[in-house]
Amino acid sequence: MTGPSPKDSLHLHYVVEGDNFTAAGEASSNVKRILKQVGLPPEIVRKVSIAMYEGEINMVIHANGGEIDVDVSPREVCMVLRDRGPGIPDVKKAMQEGYSTAPDSIRSLGFGAGMGLPNMKKYTDSLEIETALGVGTTVRMTVKVQPQGSN
Amino acid sequence: MKLTELSEILNAQCVTGEIPEEVEVFTACGSDMMSDVLTISQQKDVLLTGMVNPQVVKTADMLDVRCIVFVRDKKPDEAIIALARERGIVLLCTSERMFESCGRLYAAGLSEKGGRP
Repeated sequence: MTGPSPKDSLHLHYVVEGDNFTAAGEASSNVKRILKQVGLPPEIVRKVSIAMYEGEINMVIHANGGEIDVDVSPREVCMVLRDRGPGIPDVKKAMQEGYSTAPDSIRSLGFGAGMGLPNMKKYTDSLEIETALGVGTTVRMTVKVQPQGSN
Repeated sequence: MKLTELSEILNAQCVTGEIPEEVEVFTACGSDMMSDVLTISQQKDVLLTGMVNPQVVKTADMLDVRCIVFVRDKKPDEAIIALARERGIVLLCTSERMFESCGRLYAAGLSEKGGRP
C-alpha cells in the first residue's frame, strides 16, 4: 500500500469490526488517505470517502460489521461492502430520505437520520444493493474517476 | 477569516494546542446531526456542533473540515483531542450557543457558500 502510482490498479481490503460504533470509520479514513496519495482529484476522493464512510457506519449499526473491498483504477473507484447482518426487508423504503431503523443509542450520537443510503446514492455514479433476510447485504458502489464518455 | 479571528469572535479556547496562524477559513456549517452534515456536498472549512464524540471528528475528516467548534460549553475528551490532532483538525470550544455562534460568524463574513478569493 506504500507509494502506489495513479496509473496502477490498486486493491484494498478491510475487515470492519461490528461491536464498537465509536471506532467505526477507520477503513474509510485509510482509503481517503491512500486516494489522496495516488493523486486522485479532491472531488473524487471526497465522494468516495463520504459514500464509504456512510456504508461503513451502516455496517456497524445494522450488521455487526463486515468486509470492504476497494478497487482503484485510473477509470473508477469501486467499493464492495459485504455483511452477514439481518438483511434489508424493504430496500425501497430504506432508500427513502428520513427512513431509519437505527436505535436511539445511535441517534443520540448524531447518526441514524435515515440519510445513509440516499447519501451513498448521491455521492456515487452507481449503487447496487443485494440483500437477503437472515443472510446479509452486499452494497456495490462506483465512483467514476474520468468524466463520462472519455477513455 | 483567520482561525485566530474566529476564535476571538466566539471567545473560544483551542484544545488541540496553538491555533495555527496561517489557517484561513471561508465556509462553515452547523449541526448536531452528523447524518445531516454528511449530506453537504460543498467543502466546508468549519463545523459548529454541540455533539461530542469521536465520530464528529471522523465526519469532519471525511468532509475536509479544518476546524470544529464545540458550542454550549461542550468539552471533548482526550481521545477525541488526540484523534483530531492526528487528523490535523483544530478543535475550539465556546460557551456560546449554536444560534449565537453561527450568527456572529455569519455577521463577520463566514457563510455556507463562502467568499473564497
